[in-house]
Amino acid sequence: MRHEIVEKKLGLMTVLILFVISGGFLAEIVPLFFLDETNEPVAGLEPLDPLELEGRDIYIREGCHVCHTQMIRPFRAETERYGHYSVAGEFVYERPFLWGSKRTGPDLARVGGRYSDAWQRMHLFDPRSVVPESNMPAFPWLFEDKVDHTKTAQKMRTLQTLGVPYTDEQIEGAAEDVRGQFEIDALVAYLQQLGTVISDKR
Amino acid sequence: MSTFWSIWISVIVLGTIFGCWWLLFATRKSQTTDTETEKTMGHSFDGIEEYDNPLPKWWFYLFVGTCVFALIYLALYPGLGNWQGLLGWTQEKQWEEEVQQAEARYSEIYAQYGSTPIPELAGNEDAMEMGQRLFANNCAVCHGSAGRGSVGFPNLTDDAWLYGGDPDTILQTLHNGRQGNMPAKGTMPNMTAEQVDQVVNYVLSFSGREQDKAAAEAGAEVYAQACVACHGADGTGNQALGAPNLTDDSWLYGSTYEWIEETVVYGRQNVMPAQGGRLSDDQIHILAGYVYSLSNN
Repeated sequence: MRHEIVEKKLGLMTVLILFVISGGFLAEIVPLFFLDETNEPVAGLEPLDPLELEGRDIYIREGCHVCHTQMIRPFRAETERYGHYSVAGEFVYERPFLWGSKRTGPDLARVGGRYSDAWQRMHLFDPRSVVPESNMPAFPWLFEDKVDHTKTAQKMRTLQTLGVPYTDEQIEGAAEDVRGQFEIDALVAYLQQLGTVISDKR
Repeated sequence: MSTFWSIWISVIVLGTIFGCWWLLFATRKSQTTDTETEKTMGHSFDGIEEYDNPLPKWWFYLFVGTCVFALIYLALYPGLGNWQGLLGWTQEKQWEEEVQQAEARYSEIYAQYGSTPIPELAGNEDAMEMGQRLFANNCAVCHGSAGRGSVGFPNLTDDAWLYGGDPDTILQTLHNGRQGNMPAKGTMPNMTAEQVDQVVNYVLSFSGREQDKAAAEAGAEVYAQACVACHGADGTGNQALGAPNLTDDSWLYGSTYEWIEETVVYGRQNVMPAQGGRLSDDQIHILAGYVYSLSNN
């Protein structure tokens, strides 16, 4: 009958419920905030330049992450196809991360440099023109719309506050760097740098 | 991981398991008989009452079982901070083992194919099945699953080669990639619209396509200034530069007036990504054999 004490005292029950459900958070998540493995960037990792950063936002806006993951798991089948498995240090500047949860299309974690710019552009304009069996949607408007340069500096400032090492000069020049560029240029620039900081022969 | 976090994690994880254990036994009513009693908890809401029966045995032992399972698991596998687990299992190790197993299985075949001369390899059915799979995974996205290419991506099944189709050149192309660059208006950046029209007609005349004869004749002079350095006086191109032959029926981009005009006015940039950093030498060798077989069998 002792559980009656808990069941009849709402305040006590609330405290005990919070205590129980915080266990997983405290043991599995909190330590990650303080570990070198998750906080130290891998050697050579640079923050995205302004154009790539805008490309990343277009990637998010168009929902690319809904069908494409950016996370190569340490299985041979994956490393044979995509390259070296992803490591935590590659994602320290990623806010939010784009690991994704479902692969309708292939993983893109190391797609950078794998295909030519021309291929990326053709493929985004009309995927079926280069991969006949593809079911990816076409994104022709990226070739007409210009990147919105008015918020680039603000975005970088926000990331800087969150610990991404942008310099003030980079932020000042950001709007000029992306002004007048087509969205496709930004997206391709973003794609072409993905995962290039780690290279590994399969 | 620092000792602090190691202890932090271990205390919370073990505390949770033993906490569950304690909760189970602290609230357990001794079960003396399997039959359920009519005794209730003594409260009634809208006439709904709750029996006060002990936990079913199967449920109770299942709960105990999960706690025991968790403890055994944490002893065998890394889960408690810096504790490595009795089995010494890690994700990386498992991956390395997978890769080693594959290498043990395939290295002999790879080495054998890797040392076979490419023309001979192209006639080996087993090697070509392997090559086809490598091609499908790494090359088909641009060159097509049958190797026929598409606009801007070369057809590998014909006899027209930008850089050459002999085994060594194919190997070099695969290893180092290629950077094709036709500058806009060739070597004559100040080409006028009229001159563009003339030179396009002249290029059309190379392969006997329909053309404006007068413009084509005038185009010869423009061609000599703007195009001859790479495509040669007779238009047969130059494989050392990757400059296409303009006299044949094979066109990387279209062969119509409009296509050629676009090529002349804007130039063309083509990139074949280097595979040397992605695939092993033996894999590239097999791929070269497969590419060779596409146009030579």
